[in-house]
Amino acid sequence: MSTFEFIPNTPEDQRKMLAEIGLSDIEQLFADIPAEVLRRFQPIGLEPLSELEVYNLVSQIAAQNAHTGEYVSFLGAGIYDHYVPAIIAHLISRGEFLTCYTPYQAELSQGTLTWMFEFQTMICELTAMEVANSSMYDGGSALAEAMLMAKNVTGKTRFLVARSLNPYYRKCLETYAWGAGLELFEIPFTKTGQLDRDAIPKETENLAGLIVQTPNFFGVIEDLSGLKDLIKDAFLIVSANPISLGILAPPGLFGADIVTGEGQPLGIPQSFGGPLLGLFATRMSYVRRMPGRMAGRTVDADGRIGYVMALQTREQHIRREKATSNICTNQALMALCAAIYLATVGRRGLRKLAELNLQKAHYLAEKIVKIPGFALRFSGPFFNEFVVQTRKKPARLLKALRDEGFFGGLDLAPYELLDGNNLLIAVTEKRTREEMDRFVTRLRLDRSPSPAKGWRR
Amino acid sequence: MKTTIFDMGEEGRTGLRLPPCDVPERNLTELIPAELIRKEDPRLPQVSQVEVVRHYTRLSRMNYGVDNGIYPLGSCTMKYNPRINEDMARLAGFAHAHPLQGEELSQGALRLMYELGEYLCAIGGMDAITLQPAAGAHGELTGMLIIKKHFERIKELHKRTKILLPDSAHGTNPASAAMCGFEVVHIPSDSRGLVDLQALKAHLDESVAGIMLTNPNTLGLFETDILEITKLIHDVGGLVYYDGANLNAIVGRARPGDMGVDIVHYNLHKTFSTPHGGGGPGAGPVAVVKKLEPYLPVPRIVKRKNSYALDYDRPHSIGKIHSFYGNFGVLVRAYTYIRMMGDEGLRAVSTNAVLNANYLRARLSRVYKAPYDRLCMHEFVLTTKGMSEEIRTLDVAKRLIDYGVHPSSIYFPLIVPEVMMIEPTETVSKEELDRFADALIKVAQEMKEDPQILKEAPHAVPVYGAAVRRLDEVRAAKEPILRG
Repeated sequence: MSTFEFIPNTPEDQRKMLAEIGLSDIEQLFADIPAEVLRRFQPIGLEPLSELEVYNLVSQIAAQNAHTGEYVSFLGAGIYDHYVPAIIAHLISRGEFLTCYTPYQAELSQGTLTWMFEFQTMICELTAMEVANSSMYDGGSALAEAMLMAKNVTGKTRFLVARSLNPYYRKCLETYAWGAGLELFEIPFTKTGQLDRDAIPKETENLAGLIVQTPNFFGVIEDLSGLKDLIKDAFLIVSANPISLGILAPPGLFGADIVTGEGQPLGIPQSFGGPLLGLFATRMSYVRRMPGRMAGRTVDADGRIGYVMALQTREQHIRREKATSNICTNQALMALCAAIYLATVGRRGLRKLAELNLQKAHYLAEKIVKIPGFALRFSGPFFNEFVVQTRKKPARLLKALRDEGFFGGLDLAPYELLDGNNLLIAVTEKRTREEMDRFVTRLRLDRSPSPAKGWRR
Repeated sequence: MKTTIFDMGEEGRTGLRLPPCDVPERNLTELIPAELIRKEDPRLPQVSQVEVVRHYTRLSRMNYGVDNGIYPLGSCTMKYNPRINEDMARLAGFAHAHPLQGEELSQGALRLMYELGEYLCAIGGMDAITLQPAAGAHGELTGMLIIKKHFERIKELHKRTKILLPDSAHGTNPASAAMCGFEVVHIPSDSRGLVDLQALKAHLDESVAGIMLTNPNTLGLFETDILEITKLIHDVGGLVYYDGANLNAIVGRARPGDMGVDIVHYNLHKTFSTPHGGGGPGAGPVAVVKKLEPYLPVPRIVKRKNSYALDYDRPHSIGKIHSFYGNFGVLVRAYTYIRMMGDEGLRAVSTNAVLNANYLRARLSRVYKAPYDRLCMHEFVLTTKGMSEEIRTLDVAKRLIDYGVHPSSIYFPLIVPEVMMIEPTETVSKEELDRFADALIKVAQEMKEDPQILKEAPHAVPVYGAAVRRLDEVRAAKEPILRG
């Protein structure tokens, strides 16, 4: 028998403990499992590995993956290559944050509850909403939960969904909507890339909500003004990029009822798309219908300020099948990343950061449109991401770019949202002028009619 | 008193300098219409980096984690989180990979997910799996959607309206079923603490879409009639969903698939050692039997001849439940753990988890009442009911904090009054178990001799005791203050 470093019991410990229980053989502990079930058991076929061996194995697997540390990345579509300040990994690695759970015992969880409260405050500030929860799974499922909440509050089942929504979020919405018996109707976009307001039906009976994203999947900034008036009592649900809110007027000012978003840009590694961070904020009048955990401020027996989990009666472990959602474990540690990130970047820093993204994206876009055969697909304003129309199919171009060390963007062909050849390009503060100029030079070369042989290094 | 980061700092401070803009800057209003530009900055903190570090370090010291000592929350499996897992998840090839960089450049990540899926299928005795759910409840939702899809496809959805739910099931189950439009029918436990078979049979007909079974249940008892239960459900055409939150009790020695289960979710943050992070991120992979494979979320991770790929071409799939492929970083941690433990290690996990729980049960049931006085699995319940007129379980839990140990889960499951649900896990030493038992026994003594000290607990003792005294939860609910 091997000794495992995570299991302290020695055979001698086991003997003493069995004696206390009044058993002679450890297998007697499993007497309640039917013999037939035990008999059918088959192992996986894995030998234990030491830490050293597993380090080597997993490192080898990681090395089979490309990553944005070795490629210059213009990939976005919901996950962005932002700089993550060094202190985040250090602070979230503190065992007291990393290895605790849901703050069921408030007096032993003041650290978690305090940062939850801070995080909620920061998200309210960013979105100009009145109340935020302490996280959902990700941008897609947060939006789906917003849809369910709108259905519960309005009692209606029909939703209008912008066609310019991130198609991955759209897929999540479809899944949740099917489960809950909701109907989704698509609202197209105009040639600016923005929501086609004229396509919003005048008839709002049985309309539970309108779902839009800003900047949308194409990177285009939506003009939210007046949208709430068009849909009357139905919910205006907005999925927003939190970094863009450093510079863009927040959805709360346009009458949004729920604001969600993907919090990954706030100091969270791309990590092949997870763990991410779902943001969720609404108005105080709906707080008791909101899904997810919240910290609330109170006092202790000495009148000292402290924090507890608030309004738990909304939650599944108490309200059972009538709960606002089934969500329990969420993305707490990722919300802590975001809180530390926003505190670190700070009030002025977030605007500067947003401006860097904006300026650099526009610099690149301008350079690209000067190349014959390349054009901006949409005329609407954009933040840090834009669609470029290409003469040739982007797939081959992307492959050639890859050989030059670029993740050149996302080919939009598989999403079937646009006709022709389209490339979605994202630019964060990490991209330097030199990288962008090199990228443009490479794009220029692609005008050559013959396949770019010999580019492989 | 300065409590939050908003109470600190000064106008003009920052925690991070940004590089200068290296491209020609244009006027903002040339780029964005003026009415879409933010007028007022969000009131975020203005603090220097050292203030950020000190603030969050101070907050961390007001927390208690597995690293601080025994953390015996029932059905939460608060086991040690190996640090090698953290290092592996932070390897550049994983942490800095973009989910849309293409299959060809993602072979490492896809291989890891594929292999982890294979291991989890083998551990559960199941045929196919999705790693997409981000938590246990998310897995439950996925499972319920799969059940719904199955009955839609075989054209029985109109009559399959009910999900049966034992009252000893996990807390998230009813809400998960309700989110898919199912009617929840509660099945009582019998005097053994197990599913009441007679009551179950009374509800069995063709309106049953399935049962959600937590096994071992939240009383820490293995459903000894499991084979009969799964057969009964199958006989009326229903499906069996197995909540694997308590898999730590049987891992490496028994498999849900061998019990007649159709769908099972795993909690990687419980059984497979990934950290709980203050409430996530977790991961709740869902495995199914062959006939339900077509309904799993897209994309599936598949193995082609010499490579791994993402398969979206699944016409009967329920769709997507996560923006991308799930909590990938958590999957890396669980993969690392499973490879380190191997079959022998995983078996040692359940052996010692169940041994530790029974040891504590044996010691504590002499002082507290065990409503089901029999061998337990990885956890067990005790009650304080009848021990004192004025003292409640809440007071006992709060007093435990004064002894520097984390209390168990309390007031769950709902079927036992004044309950404590205790799960020590296999990663606690006998000395630590004894320290916890001694504290709980001492508190029982105090309950008789000095009940006031329990009522006033915790007493705000420094470092790994309470940071504050007992908090007023009623006030927080009556007048919620949810932001600064």
